[in-house]
Amino acid sequence: MTILDANTTPGLAGQPSSHGPRRDAAPLLPEREPVRVLGTEAAGTVDPDLLRDLHRRLVLGRRFNQQATTLARQGSLAVYPSSTGQEACQIAAAMVLRETDWLFPTYRDTLAVMARGVAPMDVLALMRGHTHCGYDPRRYRTAPLSTPLATQACHAVGLAHAARLRAAGDPGGGHDVVALALIGDGGTSEGDFHEALTFAGVLNAPVVFLVQNNGYAISVPLTRQSAAPTLAHKAVGYGITGRLVDGNDAPAVHAVLGAAVEHARSGRGPVLVEAITYRLDAHTSADDATRYRTSEEVEAWRARDPLTLLERHLRGAGLLDDAGLAAVTAAAEELAASMRAAVARADTPDPRSLFSHVYAEPTSQLREQAAALAARLADEASTPATPATPAEAQA
Amino acid sequence: MSGAAGTTMVQALNTALRDALREDPDVHLLGEDIGALGGVFRVTDGLAAEFGTQRCLDTPLAEAGILGTAVGMAMYGLRPVVEMQFDAFAYPAFEQLASHVAKMRNRTAGRLPLPVTIRIPYGGGIGGVEHHSDSSEAYYAHTPGLHVVTPATVADGYGLLRAAIASDNPVVFLEPKRLYWSSERFPPTAVAPIGQAVVRRPGTDATLLTYGPSLPVCLRAAEAASAEGLELAVVDLRSLVPFDDETVCAAVRATGRAVVVHESAGFAGMGAEIAARVTERCFHHLAAPVLRVTGLDIPYPPPLLEHHYLPGVDRILDAVARLQWEQ
Ligand SMILES: Cc1ncc(C[n+]2csc(CCOP(=O)(O)OP(=O)(O)O)c2C)c(N)n1
Ligand SMILES: [Mg+2]
Repeated sequence: MTILDANTTPGLAGQPSSHGPRRDAAPLLPEREPVRVLGTEAAGTVDPDLLRDLHRRLVLGRRFNQQATTLARQGSLAVYPSSTGQEACQIAAAMVLRETDWLFPTYRDTLAVMARGVAPMDVLALMRGHTHCGYDPRRYRTAPLSTPLATQACHAVGLAHAARLRAAGDPGGGHDVVALALIGDGGTSEGDFHEALTFAGVLNAPVVFLVQNNGYAISVPLTRQSAAPTLAHKAVGYGITGRLVDGNDAPAVHAVLGAAVEHARSGRGPVLVEAITYRLDAHTSADDATRYRTSEEVEAWRARDPLTLLERHLRGAGLLDDAGLAAVTAAAEELAASMRAAVARADTPDPRSLFSHVYAEPTSQLREQAAALAARLADEASTPATPATPAEAQA
Repeated sequence: MSGAAGTTMVQALNTALRDALREDPDVHLLGEDIGALGGVFRVTDGLAAEFGTQRCLDTPLAEAGILGTAVGMAMYGLRPVVEMQFDAFAYPAFEQLASHVAKMRNRTAGRLPLPVTIRIPYGGGIGGVEHHSDSSEAYYAHTPGLHVVTPATVADGYGLLRAAIASDNPVVFLEPKRLYWSSERFPPTAVAPIGQAVVRRPGTDATLLTYGPSLPVCLRAAEAASAEGLELAVVDLRSLVPFDDETVCAAVRATGRAVVVHESAGFAGMGAEIAARVTERCFHHLAAPVLRVTGLDIPYPPPLLEHHYLPGVDRILDAVARLQWEQ
């Protein structure tokens, strides 16, 4: 049996096998209700250290989102798509991965990328406008933030497939890699989502798709996006396991996503996890969410803020006191201060770098254009800047 | 893989893939019907049998998925070679191509190069029905980050494909369908460099600049012109990106007259770019404006009308005649 045959099963009785495989859909179906841990008996069985770790990361993530949004308002970032309200998904996504696993994030998944070890301002390089990707994807095993919706899901499948090919030739070579693709609810309407799931199912690739269903694709609500029973049900059509989880319940996301990753790693096939959550902020710092949703709706979700839910549990269980909270808050303030300081260190990118990485070797055309730019820069450097208008000269 | 009748372009491409698969375990082929069938043009004939169905993978029928999967495979260090079944059926993959394949090296400051080869059979002249005869090279050539090459000879079929697969750049490899069954006597073995045009026929009076399926047409036109006493040089660009300004300009300066010939539509096509480049660089050597002989600015026509669309010897000679000889 080759790795490509791993997901085939015998055809249904009475049917020629050429149209197979046929599979029983029942084991693939998501649960009827989203999985919850907080507020259930299961909460008492979760490792307290894990809960405290989740809490600390939620607090830091929340502060990161706030600070980045402020920096965008002040003009230090071109734009910022905040994940405030979705932090539980963000941190769980990074926590369930091993260092050798790969993450395929979208523009909204800055917290997940930071949790992979990337320095905060390197995560934000795209939004600062310095460079398209501020970190080394190979080093952090984290793809660049993807903006063309759902395209990254295909990459995750390809990478996971390649890792399995390598593992087949080099067992024990550290290629038991899982790829985790992050995607939004709106992104599931894209053709690339469909194609990624098709390939994932057929190749039986060790890949997990986490759909952060925050209810909106910019202004368009999910009801206008899909008529599926849930987005997790979409998995079934591709022969993939679907799971449904409360995306604001940090230990629940951690548990479901962790199980999905190990399911994929063990060769049992891809998993699609739908996490139901809500973005409390606007789509980006440039968006006006009041045009498409009510403040009542936002307030209702604020009551289910992932940070509030976890904090309430920790307090109730005696796992967090005022001193503990103060320590975490101080760490968050330190993070925010470091972000402000990094922005203040003014550094503009070198325009000569524009031509550096278009091809392995620059073409003669690019060499010409680079030389022209260099000459222009030299010119500018040698001529003192002259004010454009008398008015500017007075200013 | 060559008989008494010689080696065909299809066989040369097949040999190039086989040699690449043999020499580099990281090379993987993906595409529709490339396994048991050997591809609709048989370019991958026998490769699944020799290298297994994983290295010669029959994928689901989803071009964006094929190319997107190849991107992920390249990110993990493999060297995927994708087959798109036909020119027009590569369009679903355009987003992956333009937004990721072309840009990944650049957007990661060189940290994540994608050595992906995308083979696309292209062009008409084979009596194909709708959607089977497009020439899409201008879309790709207009996208920074891609190399775009197209062989016009059997030897280049082998040589350029080997170079494309070995390249650390993503390469769009356009295979002229019309030349798939052309043959040459000697089995090709040499890698051909990407980025170098070649003069296929020397000439002193005017220069034809062409590539891919139009090369044999231009050579026939040069033959006919020679009988009339005009010696036309013929340049085979081979590589649309990177573009070999040096060879092209030297060939144009030597004759002072130039005609660009390609079968894709003329408007905003490669010919426009080439005519502009030549004019910018060789203006004082030119005795006449650079002319273009191209496909018509219409959707590719039904097969019974395609001979009106395709540049033929007559249209090329007409253009040559209009190169202001009286002055
Ligand atoms: C292919 C493509 N189409 C349109 C856009 C513009 N766009 C950016 S984000 C967005 C909404 C995406 O919604 P969703 O997938 O739910 O993710 P969310 O922003 O809610 O995290 C749109 C339409 C895009 N980035 N890519
Ligand atoms: Mg959304």
